Amino acid sequence: MIALSDYLILGALLFSLSVAGIFINRKNIIILLMCIELMLLAVNLNFIAFSHFSGDMAGQVFVFFILTVAAAEAAIGLAILVVLFRNLNTINVADLDELKG
Amino acid sequence: MEQVLFYCFSLVLIFAATMVVTVRNPVRAALFLVLAFFTSAAIWLFLEAEFLAITLVLVYVGAVMVLFLFVVMMLDINLTPLQEGFTKYLPLGILVAILITIEMVAVLGASHFGLDVVAAPLPHAEGYSNTKELGRLLYTVYVYPFEIASVILTVAIVAAITLTLRKQKRKTQNPAEQVKVRREDRVRLVKMEAVKKHDEVNTDEESS
Repeated sequence: MIALSDYLILGALLFSLSVAGIFINRKNIIILLMCIELMLLAVNLNFIAFSHFSGDMAGQVFVFFILTVAAAEAAIGLAILVVLFRNLNTINVADLDELKG
Repeated sequence: MEQVLFYCFSLVLIFAATMVVTVRNPVRAALFLVLAFFTSAAIWLFLEAEFLAITLVLVYVGAVMVLFLFVVMMLDINLTPLQEGFTKYLPLGILVAILITIEMVAVLGASHFGLDVVAAPLPHAEGYSNTKELGRLLYTVYVYPFEIASVILTVAIVAAITLTLRKQKRKTQNPAEQVKVRREDRVRLVKMEAVKKHDEVNTDEESS
């Protein structure tokens, strides 16, 4: 049988991999967005594992909503990316200093 | 058997995730992300979340990742400046990843969430439908968040379209102006004296 800890450790590995991805790909916005998707996947895995092992369907409902919001986020993020590329002709994070923040 | 399959899928998932964050070409990264989503859908099937597994494949692989691929292929990106600092930040990234993993494993390891602590649940009775249960919860207890989720999706589609819409120069009709128009703007009544040409009048009279 597969223990709950196996799923949790798999989720933890996935999460830390995507954190490392954000660190090493800090110039490329597209890869950053993909890393965020991977993070959400790891979180969803944890939710579903706990839902399965505690016999509570609420976790799966939560994953459903996370999927919805993540899809909306990806759509808007990519739209912003396209507008950004159209205006600045680059997607390099280092060049996005218009706001002087 | 189940365990062997689980470990195989886990290895593929970790491999795909590693490739997503290390590969240079964004198209390849997107394709490896597709592989990661597919594999985790398979892992969700182990957890008896059939509906969500199918949703992950349909929504993520079918829609979101295709959107990613579209955008990646549409943009003409110069990749060389985007890879600066890859090796520079690699040790830091690996260090942070290892630290996070160690911390999480210490908390979530087998001593706290192992099989002897959290027993595996009994398999569901025959005729149990995950989709039916999820739907029953979604349309009763969680109906209000469900409605909000639909509003969020509508907002997302409107925002995405308005962000990327370009004002194009072309002949279009403006209904507001069409409705606003009045008779005086379009029709000009000209008052003229009725004039007869003398020659024509004369010839007409002669012929008759």
